[in-house]
Amino acid sequence: MQFLTDRKRAQGLGAGGTGTQHHWQMLVSSILMIAAVPLFIFTFGYGLGGSFEEVQAYFSRPLPAIIMGLSLIVITRHVMQETHEAIEDYVHGAAGKLLIVAVSAFAYTLIAAGLFALVKLAL
Amino acid sequence: MVQFSLPKNSKITTGKTWPKPEGASNVRKFKIYRWNPDDGKNPQVDTYFLDMDSCGPMVLDALIKIKNEIDPTLTFRRSCREGICGSCAMNIDGINTLACIYGMDEIKGDVAIYPLPHMPVVKDLIPDLTHFYAQHASIMPWLETKTNRPAKEWKQSIEDRKKLDGLYECVMCASCSTSCPSYWWNGDRYLGPAALLHAYRWIIDSRDEATGERLDNLEDPFKLYRCHTIMNCAKTCPKGLNPAKAIAHIKQMMVERAV
Repeated sequence: MQFLTDRKRAQGLGAGGTGTQHHWQMLVSSILMIAAVPLFIFTFGYGLGGSFEEVQAYFSRPLPAIIMGLSLIVITRHVMQETHEAIEDYVHGAAGKLLIVAVSAFAYTLIAAGLFALVKLAL
Repeated sequence: MVQFSLPKNSKITTGKTWPKPEGASNVRKFKIYRWNPDDGKNPQVDTYFLDMDSCGPMVLDALIKIKNEIDPTLTFRRSCREGICGSCAMNIDGINTLACIYGMDEIKGDVAIYPLPHMPVVKDLIPDLTHFYAQHASIMPWLETKTNRPAKEWKQSIEDRKKLDGLYECVMCASCSTSCPSYWWNGDRYLGPAALLHAYRWIIDSRDEATGERLDNLEDPFKLYRCHTIMNCAKTCPKGLNPAKAIAHIKQMMVERAV
């Protein structure tokens, strides 16, 4: 039990001095996704169902490969940051922090694996 | 982890059903949340019947009639009975609002009345607003100046005064904050729509000279940025204010000074 005044309890440790950068980044990536998502669907849909040689030939072209690579980074990072927000909302304490680390590790692995596959296809 | 279900001792049970008024033809049913910290029982919902022909039009009129004529132990806050003091905020028919300005003609069927959600209850319809008021105090709800006090008054143009419209009218009833899911889950750290609306009221005041410090105090992932623009605050505000818009303006100012 802690004997804290109501005001001290409300103020806690004070302001963290962060948040705006994250807010701005989310705004920027949201705007980028307006273009990235349709392009990703179009590019991914075009390659879907083709033979390996057709897909390889398709992603050897610079535009589909660049679109796919950029979409992969922008969309995955955006979803990762949104997931961080959701975890901060609902899971508190050490469990929340560990979950954020796990989600980040998964997202960056996904990006790395995707880029590796793309490079392998394109080159 | 946030708590999605009520603890055992907070589960609501069926309470007492009070007799119907004799000889009344226009009767309405009221289901009201009751909890007494002294009897050690779980909360219960009591049922009351009122003769609407001898009752005022507002929900507060009905509560006062129940307290005066049926059950004097029913406990609730009320004062001005005209939407100015914010005392009688409660959850009526699923909406956080002021009982004194919420007409019973706006409710279809039985009238269900609960205390403001997700707050500790003091008794019956009275929530504990201690933390809510402390959060309000933490945003420094007063004019901060550094310039020497002028001989007469701090002047303000008509245009600058207009910027306070839609902000100064807030009566701190807590309807908005207690309707906000972000405040439910993180109310210990997130300031909530009411405190942030008041923060913006002082940030935007042309006479205030602590704008930077005020923004510094809000620059935090929890104090400000837990607002996910859910808009429950704007939907429920009994005074028709828009705290979500005020919060959006604060975020905009934060970006302006950072980027």
